[in-house]
Amino acid sequence: MRIGKALQLAVTLLAAAFLLVPTIQSVLAGVTVNYFQGIRSGLTLDWIAVVWGLYASSIFLSLGIALACLCVTLVIGVPAAYALARNPGRLSRAVEEFISLPLAIPGLALALALLQLYGSYKGFRMSWTFILVGHVLYTLPFMVRSVQSVLAAIDLKTLEEGAATLGAGPARRFVDVVVPNALPGILAGALTVVTLSIGEFNLTWMLHTPFLKTLPVGLADSYASMRLEIASAYTLIFFVMIVPLLLAMQWASARAQQITK
Amino acid sequence: MTLTLRTVAKTYPGGTRALLPTDLDIAEGEIVSLLGPSGCGKTTLLRIIAGLETADAGASIRFKDDDMTHQPVERRKVGMVFQSYALFPNMSVRGNIGYGLKMQGLPRAQIDARVDEVIALCRLEPYAGRAITALSGGQRQRVALARAFAPRPRLLLLDEPLSALDAALRGQLRDELAALLRQFGITAIFVTHDQDEAMAIADRVAVMSQGRVAQIGTPEVLYRAPETAFVARFVGNSMPLGGRIDGDKLHLPGGTLDLGAPSDGKAAFVRAEDVRLAEDGPLTARVTAVTFLGTHYRIALSGATDDTLFCLHQGQSAPKPGQTVRLAIAPQSILTLTPEKAAA
Repeated sequence: MRIGKALQLAVTLLAAAFLLVPTIQSVLAGVTVNYFQGIRSGLTLDWIAVVWGLYASSIFLSLGIALACLCVTLVIGVPAAYALARNPGRLSRAVEEFISLPLAIPGLALALALLQLYGSYKGFRMSWTFILVGHVLYTLPFMVRSVQSVLAAIDLKTLEEGAATLGAGPARRFVDVVVPNALPGILAGALTVVTLSIGEFNLTWMLHTPFLKTLPVGLADSYASMRLEIASAYTLIFFVMIVPLLLAMQWASARAQQITK
Repeated sequence: MTLTLRTVAKTYPGGTRALLPTDLDIAEGEIVSLLGPSGCGKTTLLRIIAGLETADAGASIRFKDDDMTHQPVERRKVGMVFQSYALFPNMSVRGNIGYGLKMQGLPRAQIDARVDEVIALCRLEPYAGRAITALSGGQRQRVALARAFAPRPRLLLLDEPLSALDAALRGQLRDELAALLRQFGITAIFVTHDQDEAMAIADRVAVMSQGRVAQIGTPEVLYRAPETAFVARFVGNSMPLGGRIDGDKLHLPGGTLDLGAPSDGKAAFVRAEDVRLAEDGPLTARVTAVTFLGTHYRIALSGATDDTLFCLHQGQSAPKPGQTVRLAIAPQSILTLTPEKAAA
């Protein structure tokens, strides 16, 4: 039994090391003066400054798109989840599947479809909103499902009936009863949407223009055209942004799941 | 406020008739119970009065002089206590109780004053600031009642308000609820499947069966003078005396009973408390089981009628199972009623 436990631990540590070592190496490379000479050449924050100088606009663009994407998915996703939760049935399930389709279709194909359809509208094609549309398509199912699962777990119909007998019309019920009780699901969905939007590469790669590079697109660009230290410093910045989001997302999902139980 | 219902019916899309055309008049300040087994239409009727369901065309629902038939629920000013209470988990006890007043657009100070008043009335002071999730079932039930009553509704509707509680608590809260409703002095309708609950709380009870009101009356009238076999069975658990009626005589497998008066074409019923053990009684039966219930014995008897006949026996001792006993039933305690239709 003891040996089994020890073996388990060893395998887990090994697997973690397998994933962690390259990450740590990459992070280290980003703060090393000369990667090919190794740590001996000294540590520096210069590369991070260089990345900031070159790609700050990408960082802000990504944050901007992520927030805009969040707003759109909130405005569309929460009422959609509410409508699906209140009217369960075959039609609702079909709509749900339809909304989830972008998850199954490769981002490249989705992007191609968008380009085919809207590529000729120059103003739209060149604007950041074009990327936003792609991101919304891709992240919307996460928002809808997250909110829907929390709404399905509470007796929404009776709660709303309770509010109605107290004089609340449909709009008041949505604001006073539906949204506050769906909040854990909305929070979990929101963090997922922001995280996915900041990290999305597949679709964005096809939709971006030379003047509109998001964080991951810039990352690919730096890998392709900059020295290794700069690319690594970029990875470091990316980590610093995405890891807290990931942790927050996990925390929020755990909270939402407590309700679903 | 008086409530007047005329030809209120409900047919579901599939064609199921949940409620047959029903008329009902409820007087100002009266507490009426809708009593019946599940599926009898009592909750449907309550929800139609609340405005949570729409009645079939041709119905009329009047609150005093106002036609409410086509008003949505939020304009009817009814207070409703739901079976699951439907308290808002995102609000405190105070928040829940004040919600209806907030919807009326009252100023803050007025809301606070009224909430305090209702909290005191329902003795909820120790819990006012608590979250709903931190309350016991009985406390939640009182918060639900306070929330429904706070906005001064025209009519209070209660849908099985005690059924979510455990048996021991239910009895205690039943009396509490009855006292509070009297104190409120409000017209109230409450739905229940428990005849004790209906009798303890209501001024009048409407016994419902298969989508219609079988009989409406005070608990005493329903108990002593049921109009149909269903009411006799449901209120007071009357047992059928299945036998052949011949003039004023009832011929049973265990002997012949005197009915006192001829009643052809009707069926006879009796309640367990009216079946007496008597050495010179006209019926013979065999004891199959004896249950000691403290104040009395409940004796199951076979052979007297087609079914098992029960007898509530008050005494210091009871016959043993297997023993043969003689029974008497006084003619005035035999209920003769029109036979039920097959389905009931």
